[in-house]
Amino acid sequence: MTDGGAAARAALADAVAAERVRIVAALIRVTGDFDLAEDCLQDAVERALEHWPADGVPANPGAWLTTIARRRANDVLRRRQTERAKLREAQALAELERDLTADEPGPYGDDRLKLLFTCCHPALPMAGRVALTLKSVGGLSTRQIARAFLVGEATMGQRLLRTKNKIEHAGIGFRVPEPHRLAERTAAVLAVVYLIFTEGYAATEGEPFRDDLAAEAVQLSGLVAQLLPDDDEALGLHALLLLQHARRAARTDAGGELVTLEDQDRGRWDHDRIEAGLAALSAARATGRAPGYYRLQAEIAALHSTAAHARDTDWARIVAAYDALLALRPSPVVALNRAVAVGFRDGPAAGLAALDDVAGDLGDYPPLTAVRADLLRRSGRPAEAATAYREAAAVARTEPERRFLERRLREVSEP
Amino acid sequence: MKYLMFVCTDPDHTEADAKAAPDIEEWFAYVSGAGKHVIGDRLRPASAATTVRVRDGELLVTDGPFAEAAEWVVGFDVLECADLDEAIEIASKHSMAYTGRLELRPFWPLDG
Repeated sequence: MTDGGAAARAALADAVAAERVRIVAALIRVTGDFDLAEDCLQDAVERALEHWPADGVPANPGAWLTTIARRRANDVLRRRQTERAKLREAQALAELERDLTADEPGPYGDDRLKLLFTCCHPALPMAGRVALTLKSVGGLSTRQIARAFLVGEATMGQRLLRTKNKIEHAGIGFRVPEPHRLAERTAAVLAVVYLIFTEGYAATEGEPFRDDLAAEAVQLSGLVAQLLPDDDEALGLHALLLLQHARRAARTDAGGELVTLEDQDRGRWDHDRIEAGLAALSAARATGRAPGYYRLQAEIAALHSTAAHARDTDWARIVAAYDALLALRPSPVVALNRAVAVGFRDGPAAGLAALDDVAGDLGDYPPLTAVRADLLRRSGRPAEAATAYREAAAVARTEPERRFLERRLREVSEP
Repeated sequence: MKYLMFVCTDPDHTEADAKAAPDIEEWFAYVSGAGKHVIGDRLRPASAATTVRVRDGELLVTDGPFAEAAEWVVGFDVLECADLDEAIEIASKHSMAYTGRLELRPFWPLDG
């Protein structure tokens, strides 16, 4: 590979990273065909690999890719014209003659935004929304998505196909919702991005593909925040994911064992990412709106991120944020987290009392016992803590979690 | 896009939902005025339904609907809409969206 080849490949990678979603979204808008859009972009990328190393990188790589993808779509549709749905395709052909990626006027004219609202439409099953968003907006391959969700590639392919068919058959339009539905539909988009993140964040078994999932969600939240810059919850979610993902490297030690927030080496946190998260949070606050579901969680994450040591954590404000979160959206899992925070603010006895208040609503939710064990350990009740740790280890959901609980069990069992 | 909207009962709603339900005449004036309404009507209760099959060349006529369920189809409307979002919007303004449930089923296009 010559230097020119390497430079061309680098330029192509940059152009694809910057322009892929925009090109694919524009082609989907015009043709209504998700697969055609991706195939045409892929074709343009292959042509670039052929031509750029010899001819040099074009002055505007994104525009070059758009033009080639657009021509390719034009060719495919012309060949298809003898088949059905002529009217739709004739319209598409006319539109493919024009500049595709020029946004419609107005704040919601961006094709990428329409693509997000389409992929996250509430009439689609949740698993389909997640898969299609990762495929069409995130640019992940079916194989990557399948691995991330621990299913076979064929299964994931079927899921994507069913989702695209539902869009076509049910007549889900490629558009931004009416203004009075914008808030709830934006919430649906944010829920999909958040679900992708938690899916990746919860896995700790050294699974690189799931790590990618969390990183992908951070990217997606950035795109949503960029496209909806006045939406405080979009900004709040972006802040939350940046702040949580910033702690990624410190969540496990060299041996791959779990490290609690309290014991994490804060020097290993990604401080650039924390800065970006705090900036997004400031922007969310600056909208002047009452804090919502994601912003409140971002506030909590920010209070952790800005404490130099675990002992400097402002637990009073964290408890207050949990109270606000519970008032907004009651949830026994949030109440459990609040009990942990109360334990740090007022001491473990108070934490145990708060835990007793919510235990009934949590049934046999595994983390409940683990939290109780920890509060008992801090209360200086090692025998009861040991019993709870043993119980918690038996129902732990991942291997690293189980090993962590057994380590604690040994600590409280040793005199 | 043409949608068949099944209008169904649903016992799972509150007194407050029933109070909030808009007037059906208002809904009809709105969809007709917007040129979105093709046809629609109320149906007699499921107890008046008759199910018909032919098996092995023999006509089988049975009393009642396809399936016994807590929810019954009590009416239908055919809507002509630009897309699903428009149909959802129209459905959301129907009184039975508050005290029952509505199912939107797209038609196969004639040329499809």
